[in-house]
Amino acid sequence: MGWAIALHGGAGDIPLSLPPERRQPREAALRHCLQVGVDALKAQKSPLDVVELVVRELENNPHFNAGRGSVLTTEGTVEMEACIMDGKTKKCGAVSGLTTVVNAISLARVVMEKTPHIYLAFDGAEKFAREQGLETVDSSNFITPENIERLKQAKEANRVQVDYTQPVEKETPTVHGDSQIGTVGCVAVDNDGNLAAATSTGGLVNKMVGRIGDTPIIGAGTYANNLCAVSATGKGEAIIRGTVARDVSALMEFKGLSLKEAAAYVVEECVPRGTAGLVAVSAKGELTMAFNTTGMFRAAATEDGYTEIAIWPSC
Amino acid sequence: MGWAIALHGGAGDIAPEIPPERRQPREAALRHCLQIGVDALKAQKSPLDVVELVVRELENNPHFNAGKGSVLTTEGTVEMEACIMDGKTKKCGAVSGLTTVVNAISLARVVMEKTPHIYLAFDGAEKFAREQGLETVDPSHFITPANIERLKQFKEANRVQIDYAQPVEKDVKKEIPTGDGDSQIGTVGCVAVDNDGNLAAATSTGGFVNKMVGRIGDTPIIGAGTYANNLCAVSATGRGEAVMRGTVARDVAALMEFKGLSLKDAAACVVEERVPRDNVGLVAVSAKGEVTMPFNTTGMYRASATEDGYAEFGIWPSVENWVL
Repeated sequence: MGWAIALHGGAGDIPLSLPPERRQPREAALRHCLQVGVDALKAQKSPLDVVELVVRELENNPHFNAGRGSVLTTEGTVEMEACIMDGKTKKCGAVSGLTTVVNAISLARVVMEKTPHIYLAFDGAEKFAREQGLETVDSSNFITPENIERLKQAKEANRVQVDYTQPVEKETPTVHGDSQIGTVGCVAVDNDGNLAAATSTGGLVNKMVGRIGDTPIIGAGTYANNLCAVSATGKGEAIIRGTVARDVSALMEFKGLSLKEAAAYVVEECVPRGTAGLVAVSAKGELTMAFNTTGMFRAAATEDGYTEIAIWPSC
Repeated sequence: MGWAIALHGGAGDIAPEIPPERRQPREAALRHCLQIGVDALKAQKSPLDVVELVVRELENNPHFNAGKGSVLTTEGTVEMEACIMDGKTKKCGAVSGLTTVVNAISLARVVMEKTPHIYLAFDGAEKFAREQGLETVDPSHFITPANIERLKQFKEANRVQIDYAQPVEKDVKKEIPTGDGDSQIGTVGCVAVDNDGNLAAATSTGGFVNKMVGRIGDTPIIGAGTYANNLCAVSATGRGEAVMRGTVARDVAALMEFKGLSLKDAAACVVEERVPRDNVGLVAVSAKGEVTMPFNTTGMYRASATEDGYAEFGIWPSVENWVL
């Protein structure tokens, strides 16, 4: 069987013409984070530890829409959210509306492990983070010049951007939102079939203050049970409506589909074209990375030596 | 076929010896709200309108844990949340962390219909409510003496209560806590289907007694406490964390869709086999006009009616029925 890991940095209308100076830092980041995850699995860390670790790396990287580099609300602020789930116990933790917490995914984990609740948001979540001694910084630390520009462009275009954001040169807008920047996520399984999923994001560019997306919604953007672990990305509202992460596992459980078939089905039939992507692993060590968008920043590896880092559909 | 409607006022450890003065107002409220829903369906209102209407009534009634009568956070405040979903389009709206909005379910509907989003929470949701002209009042309006007392008892017992709360007479002997929490008070919800198979679900709550500030439960989580598609509409109640982990509302629909189970079998399967005992109840209707109201707790305040004239009310497993 063996361990397996997959991670993503966002699905969306990633143009094939993406210039190298925009593509390479993200590719390098994915490669680096994949290695971090692989090393942790080799060191026998639990999948729960692994996905948290990898997502923290992605949050700290300003090229992705999570933690530092989060896209901005309509008021130019950041409101970050994240979710983590342990497949074996189905324990989970979620947070929304964070403005100063450096690693939202870690706060989600603390909610899961140290409270009788699953989900804390906004002021209550921020207060809890301080009580628990999590690292917090001034909100300005998460805001990058690129995202200030992205917000400006989105306001001009008067549109809400979907998950992956194009670089900030004026590109011709295409269907369903170009100019997107990616939510991040990671799923992992160990040799014993223990599964975990984690997702983190700044949300949608120009979103209304207080808007919550799919990432912290158990069964939408994040889900894990004893069959599989799933992390989704794309247009949050479509993923919520489509209960994407839960549906992948429900198709396996109730209809007997394989991981690959279930993921393909959800992405092709249960959400509108151009709105969603996901990474998933199964208890048997299989992995799949499906998306119905132009591209999805992704990376994966399995114990037998398979490795993949990609953006567009592989031929 | 025909229309069908079901509503609940919370599942939990409802003591069989609950005194009449506590039981009767809730019974009367459910019968009243059922009638409102039935009249609306007879008047050909859409299921979406019907469930919103019924939940507004339940929110306004101080005997249920939603709107006025919401249970209190650990700081003695209210934070209300709600969710509404239209089965045909799968459009949905959800809100959390409301402190002044009189009818959370109506704000959820406005989020669904007037924004590109599904879910708004806390300050952003409150601000949006004002911009949209929804009715708001001082937070003290929602706080009842019964709930102040409940919070006090809970802090003393140092436990987090689940959904349905027992009454607060001090002279009643201290109930021995059973299962995962007695002294609960109910989330409210309603599901409805019309003659054409259009479905809708709505749920509203104040959450858990003594919950942490900022805690969100299952009610506003699409697929957990609330869900509707073209097969069925579901509204769940009980211990929020169990409903979320069990993706209860979506699982009922998924069992029907992917495994071909009937509404009744799917709902029973979820409640009996897929969530811990003493934690969950739900009401659901199908596109074919069927109704089911299973629960694995001591009781669940519930009522339902179908176009053929059958109406039912219950708290514990036994029911009372009559002809409409």
